[in-house]
Parts: sequence; C-alpha cells; structure tokens
Amino acid sequence: MKYRNPLSIARGLGSSKDGLGHWWMQRLTAIALVPLVFWFALSIIALAGQDRAHVLTWMQSPFHGVVLSLFLVTSLYHANLGLQAVFEDYIQARWLQLSSRITAGFAAVFLGFTGVFALLRLVFGG
Amino acid sequence: MPMSMNERPLSPHLQIYKLELPMVLSGLHRISGIALSVGSILLVAWILSAVHSAEAFAGMNSFLRSYVGQFVLFGWTFSLIHHSVNGVRHLIWDTGRLLEVDQINSSSKIVLAIVIVLTLLAWILAGGFPGGGA
Ligand code: HEM
Repeated sequence: MKYRNPLSIARGLGSSKDGLGHWWMQRLTAIALVPLVFWFALSIIALAGQDRAHVLTWMQSPFHGVVLSLFLVTSLYHANLGLQAVFEDYIQARWLQLSSRITAGFAAVFLGFTGVFALLRLVFGG
Repeated sequence: MPMSMNERPLSPHLQIYKLELPMVLSGLHRISGIALSVGSILLVAWILSAVHSAEAFAGMNSFLRSYVGQFVLFGWTFSLIHHSVNGVRHLIWDTGRLLEVDQINSSSKIVLAIVIVLTLLAWILAGGFPGGGA
C-alpha cells in the first residue's frame, strides 16, 4: 500500500487483478465466435454421415482447414477464460482454485496444439 | 476458512427467490459453457480420428452412433446453440441495451423459442437419432 496515492485509497477503486483484460478478451472472442459457430454448425450438418474421404477433403481445403483451426483456437481461448471465472466463483480454497485454473489452461493449450498439428500434418504430409 | 463460509447458500438463492425463466437461462449459459468446454475434447478427438486412420474414424463414428454417443451429441448441439444465441444476448446487454426487467423477460422467451427451433432443426438436418442409437 506504501506506493499508492492516498486519493486512490480514498476512492477505493483498487485493481481486481487482471479483471478488465479478462472481461474484454471474453467479449472479443465471443464476437469472433458468432460467425465461427455459424460456419461450424452448417459444416457439421453437411458432414454428418459422410465417409472419411469426404471429411478429409473438407479438412484439407484451405478455407475450411484454416477456419476450423480458428474455431478451435478461439473457442478454447474463450472457454479457458470462462472456466477461470467459474473456478473463481465456486472454488474458495486458494490452492485448489489455482490448480484448477492451471489444469484447465494446460488442457486448452494441449487440445489446441494437438488439433492444429493434426490438421497441419494432414495438409503438409509426414 | 470459517465454518460460515461453507454453509452459505450458493447463487442462485433458490430458497429465497422463486425460479424464473431468465434465471434458468442464465444458469444454462454457464452449464452449456462448461459442457462445450468439455466437448472440445470430443471435437479434437474427432479431428484426430479422421486424420489418423480409417479404423480410428470408424471407431469414433460407432461411438457417436451409440446411445451414449447420441445423447452426448444432442447435449452438445443444444449447448452450442443455447450458449451462442444467449451469448449474443449477453453481448447486446454489454452495450447497455435490453436491460429493463420486462425486456429481459420477453427476450428470454424469444431466446428460448429460437434455441428450441434451431436445436431441433440442426438435429433433423444432421440426421440424428433414426439409424443412430443402436
Ligand atoms: C457464438 C458463440 C459464443 C458466444 C456469443 C459466447 C458468449 C459468451 C459470453 C458473452 C460469455 C460471458 C458470460 C458472462 O459474463 O456471464 C461467455 C461465457 C462462457 N463461454 Fe461462451 N460464447 C460462445 C461460444 C462458446 C464456446 C464454443 C465455448 C466452449 C468451447 C464457450 C464457453 C464459455 C464458458 C465456459 C463461459 C463461462 C461461463 C460463465 O462464466 O458462466 N462459449 N460466452
């Protein structure tokens, strides 16, 4: 508290850690997800019941491959931000809250890399 | 942690307030968000199975066509559509609009109607249930 201007203490509007950046990214990813989810739903409807060759052709097409990667990464980012808020609300024990947040974060990064890597391998071979 | 922390009822305070549609939709937003997060594992598994081999893809498909698979897929379809439609309402709220109590009540009914129609439509168009669930 030593470094704070007394006026800021009197106002009482302290930082809530990374609250604003978090709130803003949740909205930004939500806005990006609107067209992405729309595309995703239409794609899944079209792909349902198709054979593997058809699905692979779809994943390999430059447009759908890129948009699928974008959808995956954006929704994992958005989901991770959302889950952090959920943990903050329901988990009181500090260590459990922290380990849940870390686990969810690692899981999101792992899923994103695994999915995008598989799609890249499909396109570039190997 | 003092005992009183544990015993406090969690929001929404159902012993205090009666359950209304806007509350249900708000609760569902969180539940569907969590369901979708878990569902991302399924999405990645589906991508991997297709890329990996014909056997893996066939295995994934037979899971998705099973009773459990169809239940999971229906829940996922509903969650995706509910969370997206209600999420757009959240974004509108964030601009300061539609925040009056009567507007929240009527937009809740509209959201519910859109979600039911789109969920059934998507499910029928994707050919779920008949042939599946075996
Ligand atoms: C059109 C698509 C989407 C829109 C418009 C959207 C919108 C939103 C908004 C505005 C919030 C914040 C709610 C609040 O502050 O109370 C939110 C929370 C959340 N979203 Fe999404 N979302 C979308 C898709 C997704 C997807 C695909 C996932 C998961 C893969 C997801 C997971 C979550 C989670 C876990 C939360 C936190 C729930 C909570 O705090 O109650 N969302 N979403």
